[in-house]
Amino acid sequence: MNLNRRQLLTRTVGVSLAGLFGVQSRAFATPEAVAEAVKSFSGDSEPGSGRIKLTTPEIAENGNSVPIGVSVDSPMSDDDYVTQVVIYADGNPNPDVITFNFTPASGEATASTRMRLAKTQNVVAVAKMSDGSVFTDTRNIKVTIGGCGG
Amino acid sequence: MFSRRDFLQFAAVSAAATGFSGALTSVAAQQKLTQDDLLSFDSKGKLTLLHITDIHAQLQPVYFRPPSENYGVGAFEGIPPHLVGESFLKHFGLEPGSALSYAHTMVDYVNMARAYGKLGGLDRTATLVNAIRAERGEGNVLLLDGGDTWQGSYTALKTNGQDMVDCMALLKPDAMVGHWEFTLGADRVMEIIDSMGYPFLASNIVDTDWEEPVFESTAFYDRGNTRVAVIGQAMPYTPIANPRWMFPEWSFGLRTDVLQENVNNARAEGAEVVVLLSHNGFDVDQKLATVVDGIDVILTGHTHDAVPHALEIGNTLVLSSGSHGKYLGRIDLDVKNGKVVDFNSTLIPVFSDVITPDVDMRAAIDKVRAPFEQELNRVVGKTENLLYRRGNFNGTWDDLLCQGMMHERDAELAFSPGFRWGTTLLPGQDITIDDLYTQTAMSYPSVYRLEFSGEQIKAILEDVCDNLFNIDPFFQQGGDMVRVGGMGYTCTPKNKIGSRISDMVLLKTGEAIDPARNYVVAGWASINENVEGPAIYDVMESYLAKQDVIAIEPNDAVKVVGM
Repeated sequence: MNLNRRQLLTRTVGVSLAGLFGVQSRAFATPEAVAEAVKSFSGDSEPGSGRIKLTTPEIAENGNSVPIGVSVDSPMSDDDYVTQVVIYADGNPNPDVITFNFTPASGEATASTRMRLAKTQNVVAVAKMSDGSVFTDTRNIKVTIGGCGG
Repeated sequence: MFSRRDFLQFAAVSAAATGFSGALTSVAAQQKLTQDDLLSFDSKGKLTLLHITDIHAQLQPVYFRPPSENYGVGAFEGIPPHLVGESFLKHFGLEPGSALSYAHTMVDYVNMARAYGKLGGLDRTATLVNAIRAERGEGNVLLLDGGDTWQGSYTALKTNGQDMVDCMALLKPDAMVGHWEFTLGADRVMEIIDSMGYPFLASNIVDTDWEEPVFESTAFYDRGNTRVAVIGQAMPYTPIANPRWMFPEWSFGLRTDVLQENVNNARAEGAEVVVLLSHNGFDVDQKLATVVDGIDVILTGHTHDAVPHALEIGNTLVLSSGSHGKYLGRIDLDVKNGKVVDFNSTLIPVFSDVITPDVDMRAAIDKVRAPFEQELNRVVGKTENLLYRRGNFNGTWDDLLCQGMMHERDAELAFSPGFRWGTTLLPGQDITIDDLYTQTAMSYPSVYRLEFSGEQIKAILEDVCDNLFNIDPFFQQGGDMVRVGGMGYTCTPKNKIGSRISDMVLLKTGEAIDPARNYVVAGWASINENVEGPAIYDVMESYLAKQDVIAIEPNDAVKVVGM
């Protein structure tokens, strides 16, 4: 197949990468805003680590729909159970992603959902127990332009 | 520089420390090198694992120049596989000028290539595999294909991988995994798997709706009086590095938790030896070996690293068997009471001139090439330079592609992806359609022509660079840096994303790239859907037709700092 320059230039491109570089005029959440939200959710308790596990991909395959899962180690009995798990994202326009409410009848404290990520950022999960104690886990999820891999 | 005559005047030195046959480690042994030398091996136990990976549809022997740059960062700096040239020779105790020096390094590459000839060819590999099966007993050998098998040549492109499927069937692999396979599209992948007769394994692919496994994760074998489990791992970042729209219902990722579960399940089901057949890449698997317990052997691919023997990482052996059919990896395991008590390993370089081609495989290769023979051999150009691709930043083949794209698409700048596949041409060789397609044959070849601002160009370079030099290997996607034409820049691999790329300059004028100005860029292999533009191989054929002979100027437009 032989193409002359004219033919090449007339076969113009109909796709743009502009979406990936869309002008970001919106305000974004900050790590400080998320820290503030965690503090207000935790009340008097200092968030501990362990017991809660956040599962995310290392790199998002599709920033519009990133699967995340959370599980909390708890007997889920009448006097010892998880009441709430809150998910925050520190680089989205709105840091609040979702709140999961649990009761002992939930049986286990696991949940999963999908979220949209505007850019590479930290996702923070915080669990509150029935005794008021709080546990947290953070995962960084990378959002890339993609391509060029080989 | 060595001439062939000089070789013969060198004393033959055997590097006993490497454990390789003297004919492989001594200088200028090509005349003496034999098929038996290649097969000579201090065997252990009863069980043998054979590994071939990243063939990229190369049925015929090839020249493939090893890289001059293969930088590692963080914990992986300066250790295999991030050793090249003289440091590689020193580390592995190899004599410059020896057969293994030629197979593994670019030291004096052109002279060595002329002396030792091409490597690979699936008919030669078949001879080696058959010989090892005969030596060890058919029931004691597992042959595992690490993927990137169905893409990378003219015939694979025209037959949607059927040429490779037909030829590999003769080799009788026991399992395979995938990466570029997926760029044939989900339907075609499933169609081949249904007809293949051996398992296509992937522990780390789930459907996007329910996150349920799409493929079998594990296959069990009784070989060498041992129960062996093979778990497959597809290239974790396939939907990011390649067009996700071609397999929209499949999600990948490392999924180390799932892998640990599959290892535990395999043990629970009686596996004495657990093998991970992986397309993760070498550094990813070096880290993986420390994160997942209970894997005896990782046969790794994707990053095209060729390391002469397996590395021991904790209780895991990691063997990386190169690419393009250049090597056959072998690990023998001595298993007692469900434990590996001894082993030996090697990469056998497939020196095509000293191996008798297997007759059946030769016939099969001839058959798949026959309908295309005339086109494959059609000469479209000639090069007076060495043309190669592999290396972290730029290779002469990509310099040529960038020149061609800028000229044919009237662009100021060009981007060519940092693929690691693509073979080598020696100075003075004709460029045939066969050669051109080893650099360009793939299913999303459109050459786009777009305007990017200087700011966007910087963002793209930073993004790709972080896939290569992220300090955490779990974030490395396994390609090299995107190649650029028409511009230069400085790269500081040890910095973080956002600060690795500096001093971007438009070569034509010497001016700095202006973040606010738009530049016309031509490039190929966009992962977006519905990209318009002519295919890269047609663009290049048109460009080559206008050149008497290809002469690539030395390229120092990319400066690397801090390594």
